[in-house]
Amino acid sequence: MTLLDYLAATLLLAGAVFFLAGTLGLLRFPDVYTRLHALTKADNVGLGLTVAGLAVQAESWQVVGKLVLIWMLVLLAGASVAHLIARGALHKGIRPWTP
Amino acid sequence: MNAVFLYALAGVGLVGLALHALIVHASLLRKILAFNFMGSGVFLTMVALARRAGGEHPDAVPQAMVITGIVVAVAATALALNLMLELGATTRDDVLPDDDRA
Amino acid sequence: MVKLAFDGLVVLLLLWLAWQTLACADLFKAILQFISFSLVMALAWVRLDALDIALAEAAIGAGITGALLLAALARLRASLDGNLSGDGASPDGREVLPVRGLILAGVALATAGLGYAVLSLPETAPGLSQQIEARLGDSGVGSRVTAVLLNFRGYDTLLEMVVLMLALVSVKTFSSTRHAGAAPQDVLQVLSRVVVLPLILVTAYFLWAGTDGHGGAFQAGSVLGAAGVLLLLSGWRLPSPHTGVPLRALIAAGPGLFVIVALVTLLLQGTLLTYPPAYAGSLILLLEIAATFSIGATLAMLFLGGLPGDEDRP
Repeated sequence: MTLLDYLAATLLLAGAVFFLAGTLGLLRFPDVYTRLHALTKADNVGLGLTVAGLAVQAESWQVVGKLVLIWMLVLLAGASVAHLIARGALHKGIRPWTP
Repeated sequence: MNAVFLYALAGVGLVGLALHALIVHASLLRKILAFNFMGSGVFLTMVALARRAGGEHPDAVPQAMVITGIVVAVAATALALNLMLELGATTRDDVLPDDDRA
Repeated sequence: MVKLAFDGLVVLLLLWLAWQTLACADLFKAILQFISFSLVMALAWVRLDALDIALAEAAIGAGITGALLLAALARLRASLDGNLSGDGASPDGREVLPVRGLILAGVALATAGLGYAVLSLPETAPGLSQQIEARLGDSGVGSRVTAVLLNFRGYDTLLEMVVLMLALVSVKTFSSTRHAGAAPQDVLQVLSRVVVLPLILVTAYFLWAGTDGHGGAFQAGSVLGAAGVLLLLSGWRLPSPHTGVPLRALIAAGPGLFVIVALVTLLLQGTLLTYPPAYAGSLILLLEIAATFSIGATLAMLFLGGLPGDEDRP
């Protein structure tokens, strides 16, 4: 394994940790708003790290471009959908959780 | 057991699950979901078995057939959903008239 | 060994998600699980070296079928006022226990028979892969799947385009109620405006990449259809001058061009859809472009229930 491989593996593992954190938040947080918060933020960073890890090992710049494009699209879709779900929940009359 | 037969048997399992659901559920939306799973099961078995060609490339004919099949399945699903909605608007129910509701 | 364990995990996940979808009490949850199932299916296709199918599954199975199902559920709930038999506990109807057992036994027997049939197949079977390798040079494209779809078995694809059009005609014929739809939200409008251009770019890329790599008219068409669905969701409608003849021409372009090419090859060479090798590449590209537009327009129209504009219905 070269230095680049170690870097890629570190980035991928770090990404997996963020995904795990997001999933834990989804399972353990008390209401829809906090769950969305955990899931969207952690997964966006997790995917970013995964994309970075794959980009380090990519064969060409075109592949890096595609990977970054995928990340941007997921960021956009994730943020918008989280907003739509939260607004739908508010519209339904679900009160945000207060400790 | 190798991966080819693992996926082929998973396809068979999906067909079985879907067949059971297709018979026992009266709800038409569930029947449409079951129909989609049955299609997925058939596709999975076909493409898994296409890998038996060995070599670098699997047999492309089943793959092409499955791509065609996926598009036909979505068209059939749209038609089935539309018929279900029209039935619902007419009979105020989401099961076929001769099916007992629980 | 690690790979086989991963495959086992994918297979278990597939079967579990299918079971959950069919058994869970809430139909909304069931549809979300169906969408997850399609995404895991895409992963399974990648594992089976079927990248073209993985792309189609992700765009159609998870994307468009999911949108169709969710829209249909919302309309069903609205028209039945929550009187849904699909929601609620275990399967309904046929509550008699012996009948239940009989059905279960019959299905188990049929499944076991199918499994036995699959396991008794030989471990290696070349199928038609050698014939494809031998003739790939004459097909005009480098991608095996595209060669099969648009050259070797072109008539399958021709008939499939006709099936798609027939489905749209049937949906349009049966649609009596217009989708009211909720008022579009700002976020959705912004999202659709930002995302539609990249989606069109992806469509063009799939079309271009399908000649020699992975992609093709079906994947490109479904991404275009998804872009259309997103626009429709954000409240956009085709301006009424375009919903008549232009839209119908677009929908008929794919099958129409296919039929023209089939007739011309039949007249010139005596066989249906046998392209002269010199023109095969350009003919296939032309057919694929027409098919992409037709598939995209048809899928978006199917989402609307086949009713594009107000002037179509009294």
